Amino acid sequence: MTLPPPPSAVYCLPMFDLHDVTFAYPSQPPVFERFSWRGERGDVWAVLGPSGCGKSTLLMLLAGLLHPQAGEVVIDGERIVRPRPRTGLILQEYGLLPWAMVQDNVMLGLRIRRFYGPDGRHVPRDERLDPAEAQARVEHWLARLGIADVAAKYPGQISGGQRQRAAIARTLVLDPDLVLMDEPFSALDAPTRESLQALTLSLCEEAGVTVVLVTHNIEEAAFVGQRILLLSKPPSSQTHVNANPHITDAEYRRSVEYQTMCTHLREAL
Amino acid sequence: MKRRDVLLATLVLLALWYGLAAVIQRPILPTPVRVLATFIRDLPRDLGCHTLVSLYRVTASIVLAIALATPAGLVLGQSARLNRIFAPFVYLLFPIPKVVLVPIVLLFLGVGDFPKIVIITMILFFQILVLVRDAAAAIRPELLLSVRSLGAGRRALFRFVYLPASVPAILTAVRQSIGTAVAVLYIAELFATRYGLGYYIYYQGSTLFDYPKMYAGIVAMSLLGLGLYFGVDAVERRMCRWQG
Repeated sequence: MTLPPPPSAVYCLPMFDLHDVTFAYPSQPPVFERFSWRGERGDVWAVLGPSGCGKSTLLMLLAGLLHPQAGEVVIDGERIVRPRPRTGLILQEYGLLPWAMVQDNVMLGLRIRRFYGPDGRHVPRDERLDPAEAQARVEHWLARLGIADVAAKYPGQISGGQRQRAAIARTLVLDPDLVLMDEPFSALDAPTRESLQALTLSLCEEAGVTVVLVTHNIEEAAFVGQRILLLSKPPSSQTHVNANPHITDAEYRRSVEYQTMCTHLREAL
Repeated sequence: MKRRDVLLATLVLLALWYGLAAVIQRPILPTPVRVLATFIRDLPRDLGCHTLVSLYRVTASIVLAIALATPAGLVLGQSARLNRIFAPFVYLLFPIPKVVLVPIVLLFLGVGDFPKIVIITMILFFQILVLVRDAAAAIRPELLLSVRSLGAGRRALFRFVYLPASVPAILTAVRQSIGTAVAVLYIAELFATRYGLGYYIYYQGSTLFDYPKMYAGIVAMSLLGLGLYFGVDAVERRMCRWQG
């Protein structure tokens, strides 16, 4: 008889674990070479680096949309060979269907799940697909992200900030345990960006979600990242991690610690 | 474009027609009043029947062309490799005026509705294929990535991204081709048939010399084209509200 593992052992599994990952685009030098990196459950990571350092590639590897030539990407104890149902991905822009209203965009993931049914491959096996419940979930997240009043509008009719809120709602409605974000706020003006950063962080914290946010913006990394992964020119093989006190409070931006962290990151880059 | 302006333009054109007919005073150009009277009198009789046959042929062609060209366009738009293979063929075949193939298609496929539907389908096919292919190829990779990250595999991408993305392209293609489709319908109906507006117009004009009836047929054919055009517009307004 085999005993189920004790709960603590399950809990100790890292959320994501990249092990000796080597990745190169066809006929190009490698972006990552024997690169290892792991993150614990509930961590909020910022990945910081100049353009071309492989930040987005790293995110696509975590998302299962790209595959390493060597090494492996393990998420929640499972080796990733295709996008995983409980991983959410939020991109800078153009992620919403332009022909669908905001509410339908937020519903999209749930509709895809109903399309496949709980097959364990596209959709978690334990997913319940009750349409009324789905509608309630959509309305809940529309309200939490403050976009209930534009629910019946098309992405082209709302502001960039509202579009990004819709993209975040669409991801959180699927109840993810890992959320990957690629420069999600960089197209927004400063006040919108700052309020959305704070909102996203508090929502993710509330849901106990692990976050990996890719950015080229030092201030954003210093504000959002509980841990900060620094990437430099490829190929990356070493992991440079900075720990950050991480206070999800707008006041943190005015603190000396925050300023020191920004200076430190700037020098490190 | 306002409805009132369209109505006004119609009235102006009718007035011009009336004036021209009054000046020329020949049986070959009857006044619109006479033609409309004939049109209203004959529509419940033979003219209506011929109109329905033509309507059936052209709508069947549109439906068939959409059903064939959309999947083909989506496949070519998704696969750069297949497109590289087929693009030269499309490039060569697209500009051929399909109307010159009417006699050949009739020789091969014989009498009946089918060869006529095939001809019009051929015209619409390439137009839809090219526009749908380009629409599918223009879908942003970010959109595909983020929908894939929501769990979509190939089938769901097709259903939730590629298919809806091709709707405006299909409608544009159909709208652009309606004029040509109706013109070719006319030509195709000159051959090997005793039904359809093409036959009706030609028969009334060249055999019976009944000019008011011939003009009533022309009016019916114009209304057919116009009706299809308005129909596509209405569908577009309903399905493509996001583009406004």
